[in-house]
Amino acid sequence: MPKRIDFMRSVLLGFLGLALFLGLWHGLSASGMVSPLFLPSPVEVLERFSTLLERRFAGATLPAHLAASFERFAYGFILAAAIGIPLGLLMGWFQILDEIVSPIFDGLRFIAPIAWVPFAALWFGTGIGGPIMIIFAGAFPPCVINAYRGAKFVDPRLIEAARMLGTPNHRVITEILLPASVPSIISGLRVSAGLGWQSLVGAELIVASTGVGYLMVMGQANVSTTTVMSGMIAIGLVGLALDTALRFAERMIQRRRGLEV
Amino acid sequence: MGVIRFDNVGRVFGAKSNPFVALKEIDLEVGDKEFVAIVGPSGCGKTTCLRLVAGFDFPSSGKVLVDEQPIRRPRPERAVVFQQFALFPWKTVHDNIELGLRNQSVAKAEREERINRILELMNLTAYAKHFPHQLSGGMQQRVAIARAYVLDPDVLLMDEPFGALDAQTRVVMQEELVRLARRNPRTVLFITHAVEEAVYLADRVAIMTRAPGRIKEVLDIRSIREAEDWDSYEKIEDVMDLESFVHLRTHIWRSLREEKAAATA
Repeated sequence: MPKRIDFMRSVLLGFLGLALFLGLWHGLSASGMVSPLFLPSPVEVLERFSTLLERRFAGATLPAHLAASFERFAYGFILAAAIGIPLGLLMGWFQILDEIVSPIFDGLRFIAPIAWVPFAALWFGTGIGGPIMIIFAGAFPPCVINAYRGAKFVDPRLIEAARMLGTPNHRVITEILLPASVPSIISGLRVSAGLGWQSLVGAELIVASTGVGYLMVMGQANVSTTTVMSGMIAIGLVGLALDTALRFAERMIQRRRGLEV
Repeated sequence: MGVIRFDNVGRVFGAKSNPFVALKEIDLEVGDKEFVAIVGPSGCGKTTCLRLVAGFDFPSSGKVLVDEQPIRRPRPERAVVFQQFALFPWKTVHDNIELGLRNQSVAKAEREERINRILELMNLTAYAKHFPHQLSGGMQQRVAIARAYVLDPDVLLMDEPFGALDAQTRVVMQEELVRLARRNPRTVLFITHAVEEAVYLADRVAIMTRAPGRIKEVLDIRSIREAEDWDSYEKIEDVMDLESFVHLRTHIWRSLREEKAAATA
C-alpha cells in the first residue's frame, strides 16, 4: 500500500508544479506587462493547439506533421542503436578496436548535431536522408558510450566464469556482455532518444518541408507565436511519451531479473 | 589426468619501485584425483595460487604446470567454483549449466542428458527453470558446482566456495561435496580459511604463511582418515568429535596462530 500512496503523492506534486507554472504564465500575460505577441497566454496557445489538430497549417495538420517528424526520428534512432550498440560492445571487449575508434569518436561526438546541417543539405538535398543523418548524429554517441560502459563494467567474475567455461568471443558478446549491459544500454537509449528528438526539430527548421520543426518555422514566418508554442508543446509531449516508454521497458527488464526498482 | 605442479612459483604485484610479493617459492604437487586444500590467513595469497592454475593470472617467476604443460588461458578442463557463485543472472539454472556444454559443441540430446544427470545429483531437478536470484545462497552454489562438474573437468578449482554461506548451509554443502568427491573423484584444489572444512574435505592440507605467501607445511589427512574410517560417519559433527580429527585441527590452528603472532609482533 505505501507504494501506491507514494505514487499518488508524486502525481499530485507533479500536477501542482504544472498548475503553478501555468498560473504564473497566465498571470504574466494577463497582467498586460508583456504584449500578447511576445508571450501569448496559455489559453490562446491551447486554442491554437486544438485548432491545429484538425486544420491544416503549412501543408498539414499538427498530427500529420508529428507523424512525418516521428518517421524521420524512428529511422535515425533505430539506425543509431543498430550500429551504436554493437560497436560499443565490441569496443568494450576488443581493446584494439577501442584504441582505433576512440580518438575519432571522442572528437566527433562534441560536434553538435545541428552543425551537420550544411552537409546534410549538401549531401541529401531536401530528401529524408538529411534529417536522418542529423538525428543519427545526435542519437549515436550515447548508444556507443553506454554499450561500451556496460561492457566494461560487467562483473569481472562473470567474465572469468565465461572464459573458464570456454566461451568463444562472439558468445561472450551476445550472451554475457549484452545482457549484462542492458540497464546501461537502456539509459543510453533514453539519452539518445532525447538528443535525437531534439536534433530532429533543429534539422527540420532547415532542411524539410514537413514536420513539427517546419510547422514552427512557418509559424514564425507568419508571426504566429501561438503556432510556434503549439509545436513546442507537441515536441515536449512526444518526448515525454518516448522517455516514459523506454523507462517502462527498463523496469520490465529489471523486474524479470528480480532487481525490483 | 590432472596433475597440478607449482614449481618454485613467485608472484609479485604492483610497480617495480613498490612491489608487493604475494607468493614466494611455492612448491606443491597435487596428484591425479587428489583433493588438496590450502588454508591460510586472509591476504596470504591462497586465492592467487588458484587463479594461477585457472589461467586468470600468471606467475612472475617459476612455473605452474598441469600435466606438465604450462597454463596459457582458462580452459573448461580446469573448472572454477567461485566464492560469490558467479552465475549468470539472466540465465536459468538449466541455461547456466548448459553454456559450457554448448561451448564444447556437445549435441543437444547429450547436453540434456548430462544436465539432467547433474541436476539430479545436486538435488536441483525442480529448479531447472528458475533464475539464480530465486534461489538461496546454498542452492546457487550447488548450481555453480553443477556447472563446473557437468564439464567433466580434469581439475576442479574451488575458491572458498562455501565462504558466503551461513553455517548450517555450509555444513550440508560440505557433506554433499564429500559424497560427490568420493563417488566421482577429481583433482581438486580447494581454497579456504576454515580449518575444520579443510581437514574434513581434503586428502592433504597445505598451510600457507602470510605475505609473502609460502607453503609452511603440508599435512597428510588421507592416511589418518582411512585408518580411522571417517567416511563411515554420515554426519560431519561425528567426524569432528573424533580424537584424530581434533588432533589435526588443533595442529593446524597452532600453526596458523604462530603466523598471526609473527605478523602482529
